Amino acid sequence: MRLIIKDLCHRYDDLVVLEGIDLTVREGEVLAVIGPSGCGKSTLLGIAGGIVAPTSGTIETAGAVPDGCLNPVTFIFQDFALLPWRSVEDNLALVLEHHPLPAAERRERIEAGLRRMGLWDFRKALPKQLSGGMRQRVGIARALAVRPAMLLLDEPLSALDAQTRELLMEDFLALWQRERTTALYVTHNLDEALRLADRVVVLSRRPGRLREIVTIEEPRDQRLQPSAQAHLAEVRDRLWHLIRAEAQLADREIANA
Amino acid sequence: MPDTSLPVTPAQPVRFRGGGFTVRTHRWAALLAFAVLIAVWESTNRFGLVSPLFLPPPSAVAKALGAMVADGSLWQHLKASLMRIGVGWAMGTVCGMAVGFAMGIGSVARAVGVPLVSAFFPIPKIALLPLFILWFGIGEPSKFATIGFGVFFPTVIATYSAIDSVPRNLIRMAQSFGLPWASILRKIVLPGALPGILAGFRITASIALILVVAAEMIGAEYGIGAFVLTAGNLMLTDQLLAGVLVLSLLGLAIGTVLSILERRLLKWR
Ligand SMILES: Nc1ncnc2c1ncn2[C@@H]1O[C@H](COP(=O)(O)OP(=O)(O)OP(=O)(O)O)[C@@H](O)[C@H]1O
Ligand SMILES: [Mg+2]
Repeated sequence: MRLIIKDLCHRYDDLVVLEGIDLTVREGEVLAVIGPSGCGKSTLLGIAGGIVAPTSGTIETAGAVPDGCLNPVTFIFQDFALLPWRSVEDNLALVLEHHPLPAAERRERIEAGLRRMGLWDFRKALPKQLSGGMRQRVGIARALAVRPAMLLLDEPLSALDAQTRELLMEDFLALWQRERTTALYVTHNLDEALRLADRVVVLSRRPGRLREIVTIEEPRDQRLQPSAQAHLAEVRDRLWHLIRAEAQLADREIANA
Repeated sequence: MPDTSLPVTPAQPVRFRGGGFTVRTHRWAALLAFAVLIAVWESTNRFGLVSPLFLPPPSAVAKALGAMVADGSLWQHLKASLMRIGVGWAMGTVCGMAVGFAMGIGSVARAVGVPLVSAFFPIPKIALLPLFILWFGIGEPSKFATIGFGVFFPTVIATYSAIDSVPRNLIRMAQSFGLPWASILRKIVLPGALPGILAGFRITASIALILVVAAEMIGAEYGIGAFVLTAGNLMLTDQLLAGVLVLSLLGLAIGTVLSILERRLLKWR
């Protein structure tokens, strides 16, 4: 599935957050979005997922959805957004309960999601009993249970420590290896973008405008190879060059506000 | 290689300085304090320091309580009070939760409700009992109304602020997975608000207890409040204190029930 954003603007009261965004997330690609704090990345994602109403502009989806898809555009959240009073398996059940599925299929989807994320043994645990990485795996398993056509990820690894982040990046790589689910991936972290994305969108400081789109040519599964390092370093320099000035200015604006 | 530019100091043990300012449990301290208090109270009477008419010793209070149990009057009074608390509290709680929910999720209900609740909340509800007696008569309904009214407002406030404290991100999550409105209410808002609602129960239960005693003192044949008042009028201070003891045990029992309820329902916290 692809997502087409046309001439998108968004204001919160008087605060202009996004301005003149034209962007297409292509079928099967992982598009990373980076930009300074407060430039409207989360807002952009919220609009793309239909939980924030844009001030103006249009958002459309097009293309095929996988078999058995219950929620084409599905979020994975920074803070995991798990119900603390439901066990791991019941958190997955939550997003299936309102669909008329046969009980067997519901169970099968939950089990498949849990097994895939290595959570089967923890299915009865409450979220508070899990580590941050495990909780985000529940978030991913929950998203997979609805067989999404597009994932919207809002800094999914920001709340995690470096090692856990590394492990979860491997999980995401495996996911995009297998399903090629289209994804819009917001991050602060250049390394995440360089490991996971096909293209990287750089937004300016608030009001967020599209500054540049950088393509990473190297195939995702070869980015740890020595041969890939020269190209990746070049892309990284380019991205850092683009965001450095913006980030500095944004930082000062926050201090002055 | 050692840095010779720094002065050489002999090794010293690190002195512990992290003591104090932590809470430790002293299991027996509270029991001991109780025992001492009761012993002192008992002995003031034994040594004639205080007239038993004004402050009867614990043994006399216990005896009076024993007599009330034996002749069945305790149960008669307790039953009347429990029934009033039960009915009044349930009425106030059901209505209060309904209104609190409406105010928690509907902005019109909130706009109308908040000023009204703020205006009515500070009224000492017992002051309305005479009015309720005029409306409903001296019997039970006026007492139910007083207790229900007293419970209603704190329940409204507890319920809608509990709903406000349900994390928005969970609601957004549910919306993003396409959960219908009623499911979001039932599966996210209600359980998310439960801790706040149960905390409200604690407050309203103690309000109900105060109001039942006050209402029974104004006009009732049976009930612990009526019993305490009568005992006072007859200067039967041992019976009076026995009544007070029953009331505090009742408060304790209600608190325990609520604690069990919280532990059961809020295991996830
Ligand atoms: N509901 C809201 N009402 C008013 N202002 C908001 C709201 N949500 C966000 N904002 C403001 O809009 C701006 C953009 O917010 P947004 O969360 O989209 O930025 P972001 O790029 O995701 O930031 P971060 O990098 O910190 O996550 C911020 O200045 C924020 O304070
Ligand atoms: Mg954000």
